[in-house]
Amino acid sequence: MQRIINDPNAVVADMIKGFAKAHPQRIAATANPRVLKYAQAPVPGKVGVVTGGGSGHKPAFIGYLGKGLCDAVAVGEIFTSPPGVAFLDAFRAADSGKGVACLYGNYAGDTMNVKLAMEDAADEGIEIKTVVANDDVPSAPPDQRQNRRGVAGEVLMWKVGGAKAALGGSLDEVIAAAQKAIDNTRSIGVGVSPCTIPAVGHPNFSIEAGMMELGIGHHGEPGIRVVPLQTAAEMARTMVEVILPELQGIPGEDAAVLVSGLGATPVMELYILYGAVQDLLEENGISVYRPYVGNYFTSLEMGGVTLTVMKLDEELKTCLDLPCDSMGLTQCGEM
Amino acid sequence: MDRTFPTADGVRLVRDLARVIQENAQHLSDIDGLIGDGDHGVNMSKGFTLAGEQLTDGQDLASALQVLGNVLLNEIGGAMGPLYGSFFRAMARAARGQEAVDAAVCSAMLHAGLDKVRDIGGAEVGDKTLLDALAPAVAAFDHALDGGESFGSALQAMKAAAEQGRDSTRDLVAKKGRASRLGERSRGVLDPGAISCSLLLCTMADSIGAALD
Repeated sequence: MQRIINDPNAVVADMIKGFAKAHPQRIAATANPRVLKYAQAPVPGKVGVVTGGGSGHKPAFIGYLGKGLCDAVAVGEIFTSPPGVAFLDAFRAADSGKGVACLYGNYAGDTMNVKLAMEDAADEGIEIKTVVANDDVPSAPPDQRQNRRGVAGEVLMWKVGGAKAALGGSLDEVIAAAQKAIDNTRSIGVGVSPCTIPAVGHPNFSIEAGMMELGIGHHGEPGIRVVPLQTAAEMARTMVEVILPELQGIPGEDAAVLVSGLGATPVMELYILYGAVQDLLEENGISVYRPYVGNYFTSLEMGGVTLTVMKLDEELKTCLDLPCDSMGLTQCGEM
Repeated sequence: MDRTFPTADGVRLVRDLARVIQENAQHLSDIDGLIGDGDHGVNMSKGFTLAGEQLTDGQDLASALQVLGNVLLNEIGGAMGPLYGSFFRAMARAARGQEAVDAAVCSAMLHAGLDKVRDIGGAEVGDKTLLDALAPAVAAFDHALDGGESFGSALQAMKAAAEQGRDSTRDLVAKKGRASRLGERSRGVLDPGAISCSLLLCTMADSIGAALD
């Protein structure tokens, strides 16, 4: 793997430096070098929205700092949860006095560090409530949904929670909307080639040539089965078949669909897959209200794709439609 | 039961802990590469090295453990940072104000650490985590004391149980943390957290045992 880096142990610090220089209107540094905030945060009168996680998933997580999205982000090492103090400093940076919604993914480290940060935040009188994303269907059976990982559905959770906060929602309303967003969302990933943590230097999983891993996680966690590489049309069908039964149990006919590359897959191929996905969903009575196709939540240079579908009601549509501005997601209109 | 570990030797104990992690960093990362990200040794070594640099000669046991716990908690992240950070901070709290650590204080320190790890991690014995080394080690220490054995031999019992607990993780299927995603595929490999925990407990036992007056 030929990389464009300096020191493999300093990739996160170097990335933060470049990101801050590139987006001075949108983001600002904080006293903690591992916490970035929306330039206007804390926004007076608005509930703060915080997330955080390991690095290597660009645009997640700092790419979703901005108007109508997240107010502060705790940044961890590659694929490693940020320490509790980073979450605490993110809470401090986001809180305008209205409380903070911490919207993060279901991983052991993040759960522990958020818990520790919440204990300290409570001592300071900052009210924190959480939503834990668990949209990744292959990571646990339906009766163990609470054990599932959070994957690209987190982007839709931030969009909805961020919009609810921007619309003046209370902390409980922001949490309820973000929880509904993730409860209505199901995802599945497919991996076609592995990724390497720069400081480790070699991939810690492999995908044989000519094969693909169905249900792979955002850090290369093994999926449900390894099968011969399929065409985009076949892959779309395989992926839709896994999540469709659960989607059909969620009320509503309209859906948001997010197809995200995992890092090394050309955007062209994402559109090839998306075309087949939309047809399949429509054949099954789900119409696409709003599609998102691109690199929204990646895993270093892993080859592959995640498919995320969120069933919509009127509240979720209103939140999705609200304009927003960030590096990872910008929707135009009056804000 | 009346032999004690002078808490003025705290810095030496924590330096011993740092050294054993540094010496085993590559081994820990290699094992982690089989069922995790392959960075357990790198991250642990970074934290323990940083803590080693922040120690000052003459710190007592509680202060030295507090330095170690704070660095792990605030600088490492992941799951190991909060687990080991809270473990050592809880031990520091239990040691505070003591001039010397006798067997009863040592037991209280171990229990404080164990309780905190259980509380934060939410794992049970058998989930293939560091708890599989820690919980039986603490139980063995208490059991030896209850059986009338000396502080020194209770430490030896703790050491043996930690190693046995570490080895027990080979046949377990991971239920917590990133390896849990592997399901059956995690069987046959030792848990890296249980290995590092066993290293730390054994070093602690040797270090305390050697300094008993």
